[in-house]
Amino acid sequence: MTIVQNPHTPQADAPATESGATRLIARSKRVIASNPSVLPTGAAIVIFVGMVIYGEIAYGRILQYNTVSNLFINNAHLIILAVAMTFVILTGGIDLSVGAVIALSSVAGVMLANAGWNPLVVIVLMILIGTTMGLVSGILIQFFNVQPFIATLAMMFLGRGLAALLSTQPERLGDESPILWLGEQFKLIDGPKVNDVVITPGVIIAVIVVLIAFFVLHRTRTGRTVYAIGGSESSSALMGLAVPRTKVLVYVISGTLAGVAAVVYTSRLGIAQNITGIGWELDAIAATVIGGTLLTGGYGFVLGSVVGALVLGLMNVLITRDGGIPPEMTTIITGGILLIFVILQRAVTSKWRT
Amino acid sequence: MSTAARTTWLRELIRKPYFWGVVAILALLLLNVLKDPNYLALTVNPTNGNLVGNVVDILRASAPILMIAVGMSLVIATGGIDLSVGSVMAVSGAVAMVFMKDAGQSGSLGVALGAIGLALLVSAILGVVNGVLVAYVGLQPFISTLIMMLAGRGIAKVITEGQNTSASNESFRWIANGFMFGLPVVFLIAIVIVIIVGLVVRRSALGLMIEAIGINPKASRMAGIKPSGLLMTVYILSAVLAGVAGIMSVGTVMTVDVSRTGYQMELDAILAVVIGGASLAGGKFSIGGAVVGALLIATLDKTIVFLGISSSATPAFKAIVIVVLCLLQSDRVRGWFVQRRRPPIVRPEPLPAEPKKQEVPA
Repeated sequence: MTIVQNPHTPQADAPATESGATRLIARSKRVIASNPSVLPTGAAIVIFVGMVIYGEIAYGRILQYNTVSNLFINNAHLIILAVAMTFVILTGGIDLSVGAVIALSSVAGVMLANAGWNPLVVIVLMILIGTTMGLVSGILIQFFNVQPFIATLAMMFLGRGLAALLSTQPERLGDESPILWLGEQFKLIDGPKVNDVVITPGVIIAVIVVLIAFFVLHRTRTGRTVYAIGGSESSSALMGLAVPRTKVLVYVISGTLAGVAAVVYTSRLGIAQNITGIGWELDAIAATVIGGTLLTGGYGFVLGSVVGALVLGLMNVLITRDGGIPPEMTTIITGGILLIFVILQRAVTSKWRT
Repeated sequence: MSTAARTTWLRELIRKPYFWGVVAILALLLLNVLKDPNYLALTVNPTNGNLVGNVVDILRASAPILMIAVGMSLVIATGGIDLSVGSVMAVSGAVAMVFMKDAGQSGSLGVALGAIGLALLVSAILGVVNGVLVAYVGLQPFISTLIMMLAGRGIAKVITEGQNTSASNESFRWIANGFMFGLPVVFLIAIVIVIIVGLVVRRSALGLMIEAIGINPKASRMAGIKPSGLLMTVYILSAVLAGVAGIMSVGTVMTVDVSRTGYQMELDAILAVVIGGASLAGGKFSIGGAVVGALLIATLDKTIVFLGISSSATPAFKAIVIVVLCLLQSDRVRGWFVQRRRPPIVRPEPLPAEPKKQEVPA
């Protein structure tokens, strides 16, 4: 577990590696030897640090207050989605509907807010839309034995269809809407020029989500059941764990957090459209898989998924900085990275089994 | 005696997996006839002798769906899924359009054939990637094809540099808009391809082997079936058919819109296969069923436009149909309809051969 906690302070680590490098390596070796499942997460951290160093050398201005702050602000929704996806993938399932849930929830939310509804009610409704979609997929999967990807694929098309039914135009949130406050930037440290540490309530929400998810997965009965289902569903059922309830719960969590991500994203942009979030399921799955969660379930860490989300976010920053890579390549690169990690997982797990 | 024979014949017909699909098509057509009594009327265009009418439109619109539905039915029969068909359509359309644009605006047959050949080749390569990932690397089919589904749109955007690309070529256009024997060429091509695929898989052992993989991969391997080659064939075929569908759908307007061409077509393909009576769990397929499913979807699309309902609602509606059909396939719902007393539903046991995983570390 120790190694997983590094991602929070990568920028603090980088200078300190000179002195504590050998100690860190020795310690990492010990952790990996005793617990091989942290290896992929460790790899993700190494990649993240490597990308930071490469970016700093090649383009500069990566390790500074405003770049790091923006990394978190622009990826708060992705972090939330990655956390949600971690729950689902840990049970061996998948949720392809997150992007569509965000589209439906944000379009509905913006339209309601513009119709003069109380912003708090709107936010709660946006989250509840996600909860409902997740509940439906969960029930389909658990009680009717529909394969997870078919059920959530159907919910994905349902969400996109309903969103398109509401509106196919970009819906703009009114300029004085209180929901925008969640995306407002607050200066914490006033650096020189624009080099400030800024934070938005959206980032705070993401951090809270990560902390709660960490607590639930590692310190509660429900969380351990999630891992157990991914290990072997029938064994956990024989052990008397609440398998059906937990499996439905996992999709409800995923849907709810997609609703939260919709709130965070909409508050930052102030615009919602029925095509918002196309391909975000790939980003969320990629973040989770890069962060070391096995697609077959049973192994993985929430904090790893956060690192995975940051890797993807940093990749976008580097692509923008580079300027030579057309932005259309982003999905191809994300897909390629996901593919490499999935294949690596296969290689590592097949080694364990023999 | 004759009544008994007739009832058994009727019962046989109802038992056919795609019977309800045919009923649904007839019901939709009836709905349209109720709105406009002349809906089914076919007229012959006096100048060129082509048939004109709503039914002809439906047949033309069903051609791309037929292609991807047939490919998808074989993939699903192996227990897999191909989520990338829509993106492969976009890539194939993009390749064809860019090729013809770069070749100058000539209307020559050679350029059209070159564009088609190149588009199908690129589609086949994407199919090879899917196939290798599933058959040799052993990834779950939905993950490898999901990556291809999302990366495929990126590839199409890179090919067209993000622009909607148009080209003009009369021979290419003829595929989608031309007529032969009074019927749309595109439908005739689709039917010919479907018949060829159907004959190849059903007149040889290929179809049986594909189903065997879907029923039990381990047992089929014990019986001497090599799954890797068959899986490769199936994914490549699916991608090539999706490429054909892409050519058909860009040919209608001679423009490729990388974010709209083939968008959500994987839903149509899955829906057509499920309507045709195949189980999403794999193990059986019916080309006839997939054809009925594709025709039903085309009829549904046209009906929705004809009745004046917003076409943006269709995906939501189709998603609900898929959910309902999946529910009807599930043991639990079937149990509700069966009157006989049965032992409680046993959840399918996970494969016993799977070795126990290591303990979950904290």
